[in-house]
Parts: sequence; structure tokens; C-alpha cells
Amino acid sequence: MTTQGVKYYQVGSRAVGNRLLDPALRTEQASLERSNSLNSGHRACQGCGEALAARYVVDAAMRATNGRLVAVNATGCLEVFSTPYPESSWQLPWLHSLFANASSVATGVAAALKATGQDDVRVLAQGGDGGTVDIGMACLSGMFERNDDVLYVCYDNEAYMNTGVQRSGATPPAARTATTQAIGLEPGNPFGTGKDMPRIAMAHEIPYVATATVSELHDLEAKVERAMSMHGARYLHVLVPCPLGWGSAPADTVLLARLAQRSGLFPLYEAEHGEVTSSVPIRGQVPVEEYLRPQKRYAHLFGDPPRTDILSRLQTIADRNIARYGLLPEEA
Amino acid sequence: MRRQIEGSRAIAETVARCRPQVVPAYPITPQTHIVEGLGAMVKAGTLAPCEYITVESEFGAMSAAIGASAAGARTYTATASQGLLYMAEALFNASGLGLPIVMTVANRAIGAPINIWNDHSDSMSQRDCGWVQLYAEDNQTAVGLHVLAFRLAEELSVPVMVCVDGFVLTHAFEPIEVPDQESVDAYLPPYRARQVLDPDEPVTIGAMVGPEAFTEVRYLAHHQLEQAIEHFPRLADEYAALTGGSLAAVSTYRVDGARTVVLALGSVSGTIKDAVDEIDEPVGVVTLTLYRPFPVDELRTVLTAAEHVIVLERAFAPGAGGVVSADVRTALAGRQTRVSTVVAGLGGRAVTKASIQAMLADAAANRLPELSFLDLRTDIVEEELARRDSAHRTGPHSQGVLRIAGVPGSRIG
Repeated sequence: MTTQGVKYYQVGSRAVGNRLLDPALRTEQASLERSNSLNSGHRACQGCGEALAARYVVDAAMRATNGRLVAVNATGCLEVFSTPYPESSWQLPWLHSLFANASSVATGVAAALKATGQDDVRVLAQGGDGGTVDIGMACLSGMFERNDDVLYVCYDNEAYMNTGVQRSGATPPAARTATTQAIGLEPGNPFGTGKDMPRIAMAHEIPYVATATVSELHDLEAKVERAMSMHGARYLHVLVPCPLGWGSAPADTVLLARLAQRSGLFPLYEAEHGEVTSSVPIRGQVPVEEYLRPQKRYAHLFGDPPRTDILSRLQTIADRNIARYGLLPEEA
Repeated sequence: MRRQIEGSRAIAETVARCRPQVVPAYPITPQTHIVEGLGAMVKAGTLAPCEYITVESEFGAMSAAIGASAAGARTYTATASQGLLYMAEALFNASGLGLPIVMTVANRAIGAPINIWNDHSDSMSQRDCGWVQLYAEDNQTAVGLHVLAFRLAEELSVPVMVCVDGFVLTHAFEPIEVPDQESVDAYLPPYRARQVLDPDEPVTIGAMVGPEAFTEVRYLAHHQLEQAIEHFPRLADEYAALTGGSLAAVSTYRVDGARTVVLALGSVSGTIKDAVDEIDEPVGVVTLTLYRPFPVDELRTVLTAAEHVIVLERAFAPGAGGVVSADVRTALAGRQTRVSTVVAGLGGRAVTKASIQAMLADAAANRLPELSFLDLRTDIVEEELARRDSAHRTGPHSQGVLRIAGVPGSRIG
């Protein structure tokens, strides 16, 4: 293969470009040896954060397992855009059963692999936020408490995007969806609702819980690798911006993920056996407004006059995350 | 060797001899003794290798079974009643994916009103979920059907439900012979999946199918399921040769020369046979073991001479009538045979010889309507209907009926 010398690579984002790194430290996606397990040609929307995250997750998991990997998928965008047979994008053994049961199906796969002596083959389950935090919650909690040997990855785009952007239990306050419209005195999704799935996962005291997003792809890969170095129930919650549902420009997917992290609204951390073990510090904190403004789902906050009261409540949520996970250690 | 054991125990031992590799288990009465037995065997190491998973729901049980079967393991679970309904979505998925899971259904009523006793409302509600449905007349038959079920499921790549009357069979202690390990091994070769999640040969299973192919896929599922009608007799013969056990998709009792035939599924057949033994007029009995796929040709043959077929059903379709009767009427289309539906034994009410004989007397006197409910307390029903008409806020029927019946505890008679 031909190799290029290192070029200066600066994106103005404080992110380190792959090309500045030693080849051994580059992402799996930068490698010619990547497995391409979610192959090109699928039907995801332009700028789909889930497709980007899934590529990184599955290829990193394939590398970590030497290609000895089985994937189970919940019903949802990822399943629909990747599979109209015979045009499957999956280059690894892949099973879709139902919306609510990806975790239980994965439990069954792991049990079968153990019973048939295929100890080297590992199991990855994937679902969206609806399939994970809402309809799939009971099965997932069962998988966690039994400590079944599965890595479950939730690609969280904060609503039911596949059915046309309806509210889920992962939809943030004030966000407009088709079932929480931007009308009335409290426009969008009500405050004081929703659930924090990574913390629920931690409450099961499973070996590993982590959050990640598509602006921190080294971090995402490293967390997949870390997860695959362990056995038992593991949970990875990946924030994946959705241009369709969020009303954002497809080119802004990575930018929005970065702003979500740097505003403190989406903290990146790892936890083992119920205790937070590390968090990714915010470099270049931004007010939540900077993250919210480019998204049409929050357009009602920026009218005339702007809803500074609601923006203030959202900033409070970000500040609480920053304090809870120590995301600004220099200020601590 | 015949041993005096509980039906559930016999089923658990039989299933263990079929060497399931994964058993997801969730408790529900009256199925629990079966999975408890299997759990003990896995824990003791007498059933190995086998992964026993204590799942969080029946939906989780069937989902884990789907994953295990798709990953190439012989997979078994058991359920009943509300549990079967709770896994309904996954039942269709298992059959749609062509996964040869075997499951015992310890038949029990469906609420509301909640009721833990035996009838066939649960499995009948899932008759169209694409599984083979076998109904056991007695525990010895239940044992044989389980061994046959694994073989049938794996030959056809379809899931099989073995329906066993809750309590009546599952909790009955009687002399039962469980086939020995060598016979079962000779009958049932190790599972070789038609499709499997294998990193060396990656496949996509469970892809979306649109209007361009969905009809063909569903037709093929129907075609595959119907193969069970042809396979059953051969597998039953092989089972008989190895174990001496007798199994039949459709069995008959005293049908020769009988103008009236009672058709039933499950354990109530024995009572009906006893009842017809004691009456003067010849009445035949047909026991339907294979209900899905529906053995139309065989039924037409055994009912050739029948003028009146009484389908005694332990379930019904509210607002319509008989469930099995509808299939029987379709099978006998073009003939003059009269078909009556008798709904009996709902929610564990005992189906007695006396009641059957009274019903047959009505039939002989041409007094049996097209649809009737055996031993229905019409006095209670009329009083409750009157009470219902007397005021608006009368509450649910269940409370009214219990108040009128004045029964402080449960009584099956």
C-alpha cells in the first residue's frame, strides 16, 4: 500500500485529526483493514448520525473480536435502512427479530454460543432510543441483571425517527416532536419527564456502562474496545444527531454532537460496576443556546421574544451534568 | 419402565432426553413444574451442555429462544395462558423466521376474569401464529409428542407447540413411561440448523420484505407447515418402533357404525370415551392431536359415515361460536353432515360423564342446538342479566355472577 506523510490537520474543533497520529493510534475507520461490516449503499438519510456511529461501533467490535462477532438488531431506522434483502449492508452474521427484544434475542444467541462451545464468538445488540429506553426496557433490564454476555449499544437520536419523529422517553425537554408540538405555554416536550438510561444501566451494577457520540470517534472506538475486552452485560449509549428529526443540516451532524458534549447536555463518561470511572472533560464550553439554535426542533425557543426562561432551564440541566460528572475539572 | 410420576415431571424428563441446549424459563401456573424440573437437572449437571436462562417475561423467553435457535442451539421453553399471549408477537416471529423451537403450553384459561384453571383459550388464540399445534390426550401421549415435536420441528424448520391440559395432565400423578436416552438419541439426531448465525458464513436473518415478495414468503410458510401432515405418520411409526409408544394425528374410538361422532382435543377425550361406553346408541369419538396444520383429508376420511359431528371445545370465539368447529365445517364442506358446537369445560369446570351423556341424549332427540354451552347455569345468567338491566352502574359480570352463585371458594364442578 502507498502511504502519505503526516499533514497538518486542523479543523478548528480542537479535535485531533487522524493524520496527526501514529498509524497505530488511528481509528479503525482510518485503516484499510477495517471490516466494513455496515457496508456502503444503504438507505440512511444524508448526514445520519446513527449510520456513522454504527459503522464505528461494529468495525471496532469486529477488530476487537477478530471478526468473531454476531449482531442482533432491534426494529428501527438502522434495521430498515440497512436490510431490504438482497441488498443487506451487513457483512457479519446479523439477526433482526422484533422492536422490543434485541437484548433478549442477544441473550439467547450468547447462551447458544456457550452451549455449543463457540466461546470465541461475541454478541453485539443494537437498538435506537425507542427500542431501548421505552419498549425494550424490560428485556434490557433482564439482560443487565442476569449479566448476560452481550454488549448492547443504544443509538440515541432522542425520538422515534423511523415512524416520523414522535416523542420517546429519551426526548429532551422542550424539543419539538410530532407528538410534543411547539404549541401552548410549555411548547415541545415537557420538563421533568424522560429517563436517563445510562444511569439506569449503572444501577444494575453491570461491568461496563459508557456514553459516547459521533464527534468523539476515537473515544467511541476506545469504549467499544474496552467493552469487548470484558465479559458480562455491557451498555454503550451513543448520541446520534438526526437531521430529519432535529431539523438540522446534514453537514452539521458531527458539529451538533460536539456542541451537545461541549454544552454539557450530553456528558461523556464510563462507569464500571455502578461507579463512574472516567469522564471526558469539556474543552471549550459553549452555552446550551449554541447547541440548540441550529436545530429546528428548538426553533420555538428563538422567536420574538426568545424563551429565555426555557433556555435557562435547559442550561441548568447542562450545569448539573457538568457538576455531576466533573466535566470542567479546572474549575472544580 | 412405567413410574408413578407427575405429568410435568415426565415432560421435563422427556425434554431433557431430547438434549435441549438452551432453555429460557419464566414461571406461570400451571407450567412451572416443567421448567423447575429442567432447572434442577441443569443445576445438577445431568442435563448438559444446556444454558438455563431465568428470563424476565414470557416475551423475553420466546425472544431468547429465537436468538438461541438462530444461533444453532436446540431450544425449548414452556408457558401457559397469559404468558402465551404475552409472547404472541414473538411466536409469529419465531415461525416467520422458520426457527424449530419446541414449547409446551400447559393449557389454561385467559382473563379477565383471571382464572388459573384449564381450558384451551390460550393456545386456540394463537392457532394462526404459524406453529404446529399438537394436543395431548394423556400424559403418555404428551411424552411421545414432545420427542416427536423436536424431530418434526427440525425436519421442517418450523416451531412446534405441544399443548397439555393444565392441572388435568400437568399435575396428575399416574404411571408414565419416559423413553430411555438411547431410544431418544436413536430417534432424534443432533440439531443441524438450516440457517445459523455463523461468523464464517455471515448471513442476514430477519430482513424487511415488501409487497413484491411478502405473499410468496407467507405462502411458503403455509406450505412448510402443511408438510407436518405428511411427516407426522412416518415420525409416529418410527417412534412406535423405537419405544412402543402410540401416536396419531387423528385417532378414532368406536366410530364404525356410529352416526353421531364427538370430536375433541386433549384430555377431555378420555371422559367422552367413558361416557359413550355407557350409552346404548353407538356414538364414536375422534380425538384431534394435530390441530395445526389441520388434517383435512384424514378428518374427512374418519368422518365419512358420520351424520352428526359434535365438536366439544374447551374454548370459543366470542361473538362467533366454535373455533375448531369452523375448521371441521370447512373440512366437511359439500357434505350433508350436521356439525354442532358444544363449548365445555371453560376455566377448569369439570366435564363429567353425566353431562356428556345428557348432551348426547339431547343430540339423539334432535334437541342439540348449533351452539351450546355444556352445564351453563342459565338461572344465574338470567338473574345477572336482569340485574344488569335494573341499573346502570352494575359493575362487571364476574362480581355479579359470583354474588349470585354464592360460592365462597373455587369449585370445579
